[in-house]
Amino acid sequence: MISLFDYLLVAAILFTLGIFGIFLNRKNVIVILMSIELMLLAVNINFVAFSHFLGDLVGQIFTLFVLTVAAAEAAIGLAIVVVFFRNRGTIEVEEINQMKG
Amino acid sequence: MIVQTIVFWLLAVVLIASGVMVISQRNPVHSVLFLILCFFNAAGLFLLAGAEFLAMVLVVVYVGAVAVLFLFVVMLLDVDLVKLREGFLQYLPIGAIIGFVLLLELGMVYFGWHFADVAPTILAAKTPDPSMVTNTVALGRLIYTDYIYLFQASGLVLLVAMIGAIMLTLRSRDGIRRQNIAKQNARTKEDTIELRKVPTGGGI
Repeated sequence: MISLFDYLLVAAILFTLGIFGIFLNRKNVIVILMSIELMLLAVNINFVAFSHFLGDLVGQIFTLFVLTVAAAEAAIGLAIVVVFFRNRGTIEVEEINQMKG
Repeated sequence: MIVQTIVFWLLAVVLIASGVMVISQRNPVHSVLFLILCFFNAAGLFLLAGAEFLAMVLVVVYVGAVAVLFLFVVMLLDVDLVKLREGFLQYLPIGAIIGFVLLLELGMVYFGWHFADVAPTILAAKTPDPSMVTNTVALGRLIYTDYIYLFQASGLVLLVAMIGAIMLTLRSRDGIRRQNIAKQNARTKEDTIELRKVPTGGGI
């Protein structure tokens, strides 16, 4: 029998992996974006699990909106990465310091 | 029931294993491919939770659009992979500490947590009987009635994202021949055609 706790456990581990990925890949901004996608996926799993076990459909609707925002975020983020690479020839996060005062 | 449980844990283990691979792969292309595997397994978990529509949306939107976008960008950029890996283990200890603390906190929240007594009575939209109304129909009934403004707003978010991405990456380079319709239409016969008398055997 699958319980709500199993879903929450999987989502918690996935969310932690996303945070860990951001720290691990401090230089590669593309992998950081992928880590953010992992974290959003974990949140979505939580929403769907609560929606299922509580019998409330609104959780799934909110997941749909989170998916939308995640897709928009990925598109804009990758566009910024492409522009940055075109201007500076690198995607190292440490090189992104042009706006430092 | 036992089959469902086995499938759940299979999907969960593969999901977490491919999540580990996403953040630890040397090559970003492999990371993206493991991210796709991640999304497929999450779609399987959604299916087990009875959210068929979201499972299919996850496959279509994430695997079909977002992951392919990632793949395009990774292959488009000519990045020095060795340089990107420098200092990979430098942040491992602090990352491990923060991850551990976060997992601990989440664990503490999960173990001391329960539904409020009134929770089953104050549902915003009760899930209808799946044998009467399918998941997609039920979601559609809610989205196009109660949540229509949010739905339109999310469409606007996507539109703004699309325009923003195009505006960011569009550039006009010198030395590229483009069609200029106004210039084409402004041409007259006088400045383009010249009649010459060519002498026999002489050429122009």
